[in-house]
Amino acid sequence: MIENEGTLYETKLGPLPTLTSKPTHYCAGCEHGTLTHLIASALQDLGVRERAVLVNSVGCSVLAPDYLNVDAVEAPHGRAPAVMAGIKRARPDLLVFSIQGDGDAASIGLLELMYAANRGDPMTIFLVNNATYGMTGGQMAPTTPIGMVTTTTPRGRDLALTGPPIDASKLVASFERPAYVRRVFLPVTPTPSTEFFNARGALEGALAVRHAFEVQERGGFAFVEFVSTCSVNWKMSVLDSKRYAARVLAPLFPEGVLRDRFLLESA
Amino acid sequence: MSDDREFLKGNEALAYGALHAGLNAFYGYPITPSSEIPETLATEFGQGNFPEFRSFLQAASELEAINMVNGSAATGAKTMTATSGPGFSLKQEGISYAAGIGLPILVVNVNRAGPGLGNLGPEQSDYFQATRGGGHGGYRAIVLAPDSVQEMAAFPSLGFSLAFRYRTPVVILADAFLGQLKEDLVFPQVSTSSFDTSWAATGARGDQRHVLASLHLELDDQSLATHKLHAKYAEIARQEQRYEELESDGAQVVIVAYGICARLARRAVRSLRARSVPVGLFRPITLSPFPNQGIEKLIGQGVRNFLVVELNMGQMVQDVRLAVNGRAQVSSLGQVGGLIPGTEELVRAAEAMVG
Repeated sequence: MIENEGTLYETKLGPLPTLTSKPTHYCAGCEHGTLTHLIASALQDLGVRERAVLVNSVGCSVLAPDYLNVDAVEAPHGRAPAVMAGIKRARPDLLVFSIQGDGDAASIGLLELMYAANRGDPMTIFLVNNATYGMTGGQMAPTTPIGMVTTTTPRGRDLALTGPPIDASKLVASFERPAYVRRVFLPVTPTPSTEFFNARGALEGALAVRHAFEVQERGGFAFVEFVSTCSVNWKMSVLDSKRYAARVLAPLFPEGVLRDRFLLESA
Repeated sequence: MSDDREFLKGNEALAYGALHAGLNAFYGYPITPSSEIPETLATEFGQGNFPEFRSFLQAASELEAINMVNGSAATGAKTMTATSGPGFSLKQEGISYAAGIGLPILVVNVNRAGPGLGNLGPEQSDYFQATRGGGHGGYRAIVLAPDSVQEMAAFPSLGFSLAFRYRTPVVILADAFLGQLKEDLVFPQVSTSSFDTSWAATGARGDQRHVLASLHLELDDQSLATHKLHAKYAEIARQEQRYEELESDGAQVVIVAYGICARLARRAVRSLRARSVPVGLFRPITLSPFPNQGIEKLIGQGVRNFLVVELNMGQMVQDVRLAVNGRAQVSSLGQVGGLIPGTEELVRAAEAMVG
């Protein structure tokens, strides 16, 4: 158990039946690895492994079935919510979830995301927002901050040319039917001591992941955005990427519970 | 007339044919001239007449529809979508994934005219797109070509059985004429035997899990997967060629036509045979695999002239030429724009080829 700001968190360490033994391909310092572990823990705690179906679409999480020891169906880039809707409508007893990147969910797959949200389809979507196209090699994402240098915005993202970053959580929460919308700042954050980091995000994330599955079990649409880093494509050290995320992304994509229909957060 | 006889549009007959075949799920986006298919299914959805039909949704786009199809099919459900030209193009990405992953899906394309928006008349101009796979990555689909409202009703059952037997997309390639044509039919008795769905993603059991994917990052793995896929296509080509012959015995000229053109050709052949002109008809029912075995048989019978009639500028004629491989004359007669050739035109063209 870990205590943080008055809340007790249960932590699980060691091998889980919901994880394979394969080492991940995720880069050092990447939050995808953290999220994979949070999801595996929640699936195990809830005892739903035999009903779980992961839908993996294109991005760094396309290899998630190599690590999460559950059934999986591959989706084309952006189409995970549509594939999940098809699975869930044919087999409402299954528990479907996706791990999507910002480009996947908020650019090429925006229509599929919005329509699943508008219908309030029972499903769980985890969005990893690292402000860039990680797997493709660091191009501009819908969530790239203005001024950020990427391989397709070599002089920094230009507001006049591309418009401002898209706030996917706010967009999803603008629909009436989603039951749970939450944004978590996942990276560890530097503290005044260079020896220690604040891992509150992972603890908050563990709860959010669990809630997002519970919401689907109650028939609701759940969406959790994890603000994350991509030190490799940001061309920063891991430590600098955490500092950049805290300084630039945290104010741009503020943490919070945007929708909590079943009042899980206050339970 | 028997009491079982019904009078329906081709699109309506196809929708009921799918329901009689045990359709579980349908997702589509409206487009003329195929919209009666979702409309008919929407009317029946939730009414209790077809209890196995448990999922229907008008999707936000063709892309959403085909990916919903793939999702339901991934659970082993009998799943279908229907569209026309522009919508068929949009669905190709999803069909490529279904082929790569091995999902049994049924896609209906009621072919309209022209590239781009074109018009709402009948064409067979999506022949290449349907029979060559249509999307990226060198896959094939099984393509069935009905030529009557009766077959519009019967082919969903055949389509599902082929889709599940080979875990592959199956396309029913109709045209605007067949979709809108109204004629009488009898719904065929279909086998209700269930298909093998042990591969479906319905939850892991101990060490047994189902990972449905087309991603093979290692080059050797992708090579193996593609070779396996094409071994399956070779098996399909050996086992599943279907065709119909009419008056081909003793024919000097054989008209090759499918769909609505086969009906026109049938009239032309009857009229010619009534005057003892030796002309026959060869109707491919599977456009993919193309019925080379049937062409081979005709060549063996001594047929040295083929007239390929289709509603495009000459697409299936290429498959006929490949099958004939220089052993006979192959001529092409095409009509486009939503127009269809008259019987007299076919009669003249075929008769001119008789020596």
